[in-house]
Amino acid sequence: MHELIVHGAEWTTKAGFVYPNEFIYWSIQIVMYPYMTGLVAGAFVLSSLYHVFGQKDLRDMARFALVFSLCLLPVAMMPLLLHLQQPLRGIEVMFTPHFTSAISAFGFVFSTYAVIVLTEIWFVYRVFFVEQSNALKGQPGLVNTFKRVVYNLLTLGAYDLSPEAVAKDKKAIKIMAAIGIPVAGFLHGYAGFIFGSVKANALWMSPLMPVIFIMSAVVSGIALCMLTYILIMEWQKFKAILAKGKGDESVELLRGVEMDVMTTTARYLLMFLVAAITLEMLDLIFRGYTQMKSWDVLREVMFKEDFVKIFILQYGLGNAVPFILLLLPRPTIKRLVVTLVLVLYGVFMMRWNVVIGGQAFSLSFIGFMHYHLPIIPHNWETYKEGLCGALTVVATPFVLFWGVNKLIPSLNFRKQ
Amino acid sequence: MDCSRRKFLKSACAATAAATLPISAFRLFSPAECRAETGKPGTRWIFLVDTEKCVGCGLCVKACKLENEVPYDAPVTRTWVERYVITKDGKPHIDSPLGGRDGFTSPKIDGEEIKPEEITKAFFVPKLCNQCDNPPCVQVCPVGATYQTGDGVVLVDRKWCIGCGYCIMACPYGVRFFHPIYKVAEKCTFCYHRISKGEKTACVQACPFGARQIGNLHDPNDPVTKIIMTQRVGVLKDEYGTKPQVFYIGLDRNVR
Amino acid sequence: MKNHVLRPLWLVLAAIALLLLARYLMVPKDFGVNGRSFTYGFHRLSSVADWQKFPDKFKGRDYCNDCHDQKVSENASSKHRNIQCENCHGPAYGHPDNPSKLPIDRSRELCLRCHSKLPYPGSQRGLLKGIDPERHNPGQACAECHNPHHPDQEVG
Repeated sequence: MHELIVHGAEWTTKAGFVYPNEFIYWSIQIVMYPYMTGLVAGAFVLSSLYHVFGQKDLRDMARFALVFSLCLLPVAMMPLLLHLQQPLRGIEVMFTPHFTSAISAFGFVFSTYAVIVLTEIWFVYRVFFVEQSNALKGQPGLVNTFKRVVYNLLTLGAYDLSPEAVAKDKKAIKIMAAIGIPVAGFLHGYAGFIFGSVKANALWMSPLMPVIFIMSAVVSGIALCMLTYILIMEWQKFKAILAKGKGDESVELLRGVEMDVMTTTARYLLMFLVAAITLEMLDLIFRGYTQMKSWDVLREVMFKEDFVKIFILQYGLGNAVPFILLLLPRPTIKRLVVTLVLVLYGVFMMRWNVVIGGQAFSLSFIGFMHYHLPIIPHNWETYKEGLCGALTVVATPFVLFWGVNKLIPSLNFRKQ
Repeated sequence: MDCSRRKFLKSACAATAAATLPISAFRLFSPAECRAETGKPGTRWIFLVDTEKCVGCGLCVKACKLENEVPYDAPVTRTWVERYVITKDGKPHIDSPLGGRDGFTSPKIDGEEIKPEEITKAFFVPKLCNQCDNPPCVQVCPVGATYQTGDGVVLVDRKWCIGCGYCIMACPYGVRFFHPIYKVAEKCTFCYHRISKGEKTACVQACPFGARQIGNLHDPNDPVTKIIMTQRVGVLKDEYGTKPQVFYIGLDRNVR
Repeated sequence: MKNHVLRPLWLVLAAIALLLLARYLMVPKDFGVNGRSFTYGFHRLSSVADWQKFPDKFKGRDYCNDCHDQKVSENASSKHRNIQCENCHGPAYGHPDNPSKLPIDRSRELCLRCHSKLPYPGSQRGLLKGIDPERHNPGQACAECHNPHHPDQEVG
């Protein structure tokens, strides 16, 4: 017994003249997908900045960023599986990819990227796996035996801990990190191409779209890693204060390390933020100048219907305010946290304004559609394509990280 | 960077080979590389809509839904009729209640009364899939679930479609939607099951006024072909480069 | 690099082999470039036959004429001769086996599709004879006074 649901009808209201079959088909999960892949790409690029370009202050951050980007990886696939009307057929993208479609790139780029991240993590942690396996040898108990088996498997049989072997590991890490940067770029660039190449959509169609997506992806990735790093360092400081008191040397050391890493990373954040804003402004200026057929309805959407979402929330709170905050002298952690949260929010709003904004007007150019995000689900459709589905996606990387961290710890920040 | 550069190159080659292997394997293993022409040989289906004749009865929309098993009460339809009423101020009033499924029985448009003396011109425009020669919907399908037959009709493989909706977003005409029951992409097929047997499409057969006609571009004696070759006809949204194959007599500049 | 460095590569190749095996098992053999180009003809060939096998619902007037020739000829000389029987009575699919009787729709809405007068200059709709449904016998079935098969004739 199939349930009769017109996909999109539940959360779309129409105004003006809209073609009968038009609904908001690509909803919150399609906003989540580029957002999550952006975080993945950004986290990886941050990690690679250490491994490839030798930014020494980023060493601890790099290890964490790498593991976290692994946790973000399966989450990047979740929004797609939740959106597909036939999720069980999703594997067809690997079986019969139609390469003229940008979405067909998903299967290969995603797999390649997963392989690179997994491989790099293996090289980074191989010595750790061997050491753990050796340490657990002869330890009693089922849990220890199980752990030893897992670590043995993870070594892939490579137990050589000689300096030559470890040197080979380090070279391999560098190579993987280097290859990973363009792949991470492609992972997000193709997402931008998915939208930018749709000539039927007046808002999406733009050659700048892939570049805009990449820039804002790197911005969000860096911001997420910085934020998580701060949260972790604050936790470490809190533990140190509890143990040794506020004025203790160890607390001061932590504070100093935190500030150094943050100041360096913030410079990169600023660079990419500027690039992202510049490109988006360029796109808008060109549209306003050339005034193609779609300009009237786009102007209605951007400057009336979605004015607050675009100019106040995205460009204002999400771009301009962080920009100013980053330029102010005498940086503080508190101010940085505010900046990072605003940046992450701004990138999310950018995805929202592109995906939902692109469906806010009808193909007739004289009608509008309004998106009503389902909050309280009453069936599977309103769960997976509603707020609950989005929150599930957001929570998953942290849940995964909690589990992965038990096996592949990345929070052992060594004091400089 | 001494021998590590060599090592880098070696591993880069290995990585590239590993990357191309899956792609080349897909071509090697790709079955049926034959250029099998599907569909009726020597046929290219085209459609003619005469907006001078359409009265907006909507019997075509009803017939299509019943013929093609599109759920009758669902707000989606393979074909629809739009009403255009242009008033003295030059403003077009446009509607398509339920796609014109129940016809147009009220002079009110979106609840607005329009005084008859204010109307300068009014007409009805039936729309359906244009079965484009360069269908953007086919280009963007990630898995090869939608395709163009040898005789020009664009079809969806219901067993293969993953329901991503990219084809729906790519169509500039808004003719595609998700089938509410099968949960795959759906659109007008020119009643492929009927025209392949020499019958007319359900909408063509149903239209009492001859506003809809189907023909074969490759047959110079086909009445539709003769009309598009000798009379002035228009197409929708020509600027997208889709090369639509539904031709309109009396296409007004107000038509969206 | 002949020692442990290539181990992840072997794992990846094994995964790819597994994928190709799954592909071999799950993709229909007739899937490929069947037609004009990879862009427009990449599909499962048998899908075309699937669509051709789709059942016809509307049979057309000639089918109705086999049994209802009287009604058809009555209609053939009237102003309603261009309206298919099935437009009002629904598709003849399965009839007369199942359903044995097709519905007879007496609602006003059916007739108003054409005969609700709309003052549209330049459109054939404006030329059709029509009524204001709110003024002309509201609530009453049109067929009580007008013969749908032959509107000029008396209802008998």
